Amino acid sequence: MSTGTSLIQIRELSKVFTTEAGEVNVLEDINLDIMEGEIFGIIGMSGAGKSTLVRCLNFLEKPTSGTVYFDNQDLSALSQKELYKVRQSMGMIFQQFNLLMQRNVLKNVCFPLEIAGVSKSEAEARAYELLELVGLSDKATAYPSQLSGGQKQRVAIARALANNPKVILCDEATSALDPATTKGILALLRDINKRLGITVVIITHEMSVVEEICQRVAIIDNHRIAEVGYVKDIFTKPATEAARRLVFPAGKRVDHFTSSRCCRIVFDGSSSFEPVIANMVLEFRQPVNIIFADTRNIDGKAFGQIIIQLPEDKLAGEKMMAYLRNRGLTVEEVKDFV
Amino acid sequence: MFNQATLEMLGQGFLESLYMTLVSSAMAYVLGLPLGIILVVTDKDGLRPCAGLNRILGVIINLLRSVPFLILAIAVSPITRFITGTTLGSTATIVPLVIGAAPFIARMVESSLKEVDKGVIEAALSMGASPFEVIYKVMLPEARPSLILGAAISVTTILGYSALTGFVGGGGLGDIAIRYGYYRYQTDIMLITVALLVIIVQVLQEIGMKLAKLGDKRK
Repeated sequence: MSTGTSLIQIRELSKVFTTEAGEVNVLEDINLDIMEGEIFGIIGMSGAGKSTLVRCLNFLEKPTSGTVYFDNQDLSALSQKELYKVRQSMGMIFQQFNLLMQRNVLKNVCFPLEIAGVSKSEAEARAYELLELVGLSDKATAYPSQLSGGQKQRVAIARALANNPKVILCDEATSALDPATTKGILALLRDINKRLGITVVIITHEMSVVEEICQRVAIIDNHRIAEVGYVKDIFTKPATEAARRLVFPAGKRVDHFTSSRCCRIVFDGSSSFEPVIANMVLEFRQPVNIIFADTRNIDGKAFGQIIIQLPEDKLAGEKMMAYLRNRGLTVEEVKDFV
Repeated sequence: MFNQATLEMLGQGFLESLYMTLVSSAMAYVLGLPLGIILVVTDKDGLRPCAGLNRILGVIINLLRSVPFLILAIAVSPITRFITGTTLGSTATIVPLVIGAAPFIARMVESSLKEVDKGVIEAALSMGASPFEVIYKVMLPEARPSLILGAAISVTTILGYSALTGFVGGGGLGDIAIRYGYYRYQTDIMLITVALLVIIVQVLQEIGMKLAKLGDKRK
């Protein structure tokens, strides 16, 4: 959990790529604070610049202007050698896992320790410990090509943890995995965050990943930060168009209803599993149409959203929305949804 | 079929060919491997891009590679004489062989190293590896199977070059093939030297492929 001190500060960061076609602004005027111990999400559509942003955090990409402070050190002021040292306290995992294919699992986890100059026996002992933590101690002598995607990402996580980093940067770490494996990897990251207090920065294009584990999120749109805040707040009251695009899943809209009055009900975990909609229908004796629903159970609480089509009768609609608000739900009228 | 003297000569030629090929290969790798690494590292998306150096090396390598080997061997004969004191025999042949093969090997190494997944290199950099560590702990080990295959091709190519030098006073099987098989029309000797060369190529290629497969953990 967050301790309230900021671990990573991004200040007026911009990145320009010079290509044959001319200069491309990939990131413009980014300011962000990532707190120690939190799980922070950075979400955006592909091409928004989020992968470049995460590479600026460990200076794999040098910002064109502006800087990044990590653990109170200005990364742009460090020498190459100092930068190598700082990177050892930042773990990173990738969409394509990026394991060394010619090394077995144990040697892969030993790799960052070798770089840090840890002796071989010490490195191996630590690697076994980490494989235990990610649940792969029986695969120590296997080669990456013999593992499934989820297992590869676990090895990558063990490797990222080897030097006791302060932060783990995850660049689309679950995008190549199926939903069940994704859940497992996210659970592991959450567990690492809780047990070891390591800050986690998650880059993704999937809202579901952010909802699942992030406390705060920054939405990147068009190379800038559109919105930053608690996931709960952004989910219930998206303020910008970019946030709304992410919260309302595109392509799931149903368009053959004629009535235009809809309302969106957000479950933010404050209500328990009371059958609200059913009770409301019983109470008002008026049917509603559920157009879209996406809810899930997190720690015994309901999270998600339901979009219902209200009766044509304006008064009945108002009453229903009031009824739902009284149940502690966030309700808003949605226009142009159907 | 052959008398004792001929057999001894063929045996001697066989050993000389092996000697020239293996020693030249080793020395050509001493030059070609670092050159290949520099080509990859200084490439525009390499670890330390340096367009100038990359361009200059590329031009030199292309120049050397575009000269037919036999002509190169004659052209560098002053250097050969300076280093070995003679231009005749198998030891002298090593000089043009190294000069001719090093650029070829540099290109082979370059293409092997370029096959290494960029993501793995990036991962190593994210862990704080220096470019030097990335080269010897990531690029070379990850490219090992491809490097070994490349070595098999390079060594057999060098064997071919070494046979060519028979025309300009080099030793080995090529020399025998030219002096006996070609100048004296002794077709049987020509055939036997060709057969021996084919066997060496087959064996070296087979060893290379086996080694590459054995060391490859991707499958």
